[in-house]
Amino acid sequence: MAEPQPMLALDGVSAAYGGFQALFGVSLTVAPGEAIGVVGPNGAGKTTLMRVISGLIPPRQGRIAFEGQQVGGWPAHRIVAGGIAHVPENRRLFPALSVADNLRMGAFVPAARGRYAERLAWVYELFPRLKERQHQLAGTLSGGEQQMCAIGRALMSGPRLLLMDEPSAGLAPVVVEQVFALVRRIRAEGFTVLIVEQNVRQMLELVDRAYLLDVGRIRMSGTAAELRANPDIQRAYLGM
Amino acid sequence: MDIFLLEAIVNGILLGGVLALLALGLNLIFGVIDVVWIAYAELVMIGMYAIYWLHVFYGWPLLAACAVAILGVALAGVLVHRLIIAPILDTAPINQLLATGGLLFFLQSLATLLFGTNFRNIGLKLPIIEIGDMFLSYARLMAFVVAVLGAILLWLFLSRTFTGTAIRAIAQDRQIMGLMGVEPKRVYLIVSALGGGLAGLAACLLVLQYDVHPYIGLSFGPITFMICVLGGLGNLLGGFVAAFIMAQIISVGGFFFSIEMSYVLAFVFFIVLMFVKPQGLFSK
Repeated sequence: MAEPQPMLALDGVSAAYGGFQALFGVSLTVAPGEAIGVVGPNGAGKTTLMRVISGLIPPRQGRIAFEGQQVGGWPAHRIVAGGIAHVPENRRLFPALSVADNLRMGAFVPAARGRYAERLAWVYELFPRLKERQHQLAGTLSGGEQQMCAIGRALMSGPRLLLMDEPSAGLAPVVVEQVFALVRRIRAEGFTVLIVEQNVRQMLELVDRAYLLDVGRIRMSGTAAELRANPDIQRAYLGM
Repeated sequence: MDIFLLEAIVNGILLGGVLALLALGLNLIFGVIDVVWIAYAELVMIGMYAIYWLHVFYGWPLLAACAVAILGVALAGVLVHRLIIAPILDTAPINQLLATGGLLFFLQSLATLLFGTNFRNIGLKLPIIEIGDMFLSYARLMAFVVAVLGAILLWLFLSRTFTGTAIRAIAQDRQIMGLMGVEPKRVYLIVSALGGGLAGLAACLLVLQYDVHPYIGLSFGPITFMICVLGGLGNLLGGFVAAFIMAQIISVGGFFFSIEMSYVLAFVFFIVLMFVKPQGLFSK
């Protein structure tokens, strides 16, 4: 089977915070339209992986190509302008700004400003709850609504690739269901998604392929079905 | 009601407008960059001198001189950030206080060296307006109107534009601003220019009412800091309201006692409130 030209390709990427190395030669690819998951235990480097792709920390080594362009080492504001939006861990909304202002922040990049009104209408259509709450301070939203707002904010920049870091973290189980439904909606809209999750069972039902990250290294990769069938994964993550 | 008391109250409101403008500038910078510009009122002094020289010495029309002063002090604000604050932004806050405190003395001394210690007046005689039995200074009334207009424009900028929204957002989460496509360094420069521009606007309004001299900043600097702390440092609305409260104390206190005593009252009010509400009047 011919591999499609990847949208995102990491090749031997290492990253560190000060003296602490969190990623060791990570390589992965995301093809256009794919949903890719990265699973792994706490401290495996999943958040670091997201941060290095979105430019919050520079890679120490290795190459990051997005749509054929080398973006490794670009600052975050250039990466988002280039088409990668990052929904950070714990949502990181601006709590004292209204929902509408949070969404406006998402459209800050110059290329997105011209289409602000159009995208805002679309995000409100996608998440009618946000429209109802548009004047409310983001800090007063429920956990699930905050995740909606964080995803909406990321969509406002008009990304072609959406990074999601632990979208279900800190949410009640019933809300986690809703959040995964949101992610399915985003997929259905045709977005390419790279998602990091501790909630392995639900994520493997959502993504096309997944990587297992452990202590900063890719240990395993395959289709979601392959990983679900893998005895190690079953034992460690699926509680079988 | 006593007509003189009413006059004092109205004058307090008029004074409050200009103080509110100064407090807005200082609070904006603190709220976004987390730095207190100790020399903020000295930037106003620079602006007043600029207007004086352009208007009196070079014969520029007053409005043109004012426009240049606003732009010039905005540029000075950018320079203060680039040259003084940015290199020490990540160090202990005391360094920034000392550095901008040093700038205060530098600017005072520079002004003394360049212009001497003479009190200088642009020599504009604006009329006194009579409303009912009250006598109000036209200069003060105009200063108030322009200050309020300036505050409204600032509010519109902060609430309606992308950059304004980023300015309101940045203090809430500096680390993720990059993910929004925002470069914090640029926002800091924009805010420094805005803060400088507000100081320049205040200079235009103050030069109509007061003589300029190298120590004029001391007449407004300390009271502006008190207002900002009273309203909650970085709280734009709090500072705006606190400016009118302090101006009332000064103006009405001056009516009942003397203008010196009214400043004593204002300081006592400030000190007592710092015990009762150390986070500012509007803290929760």
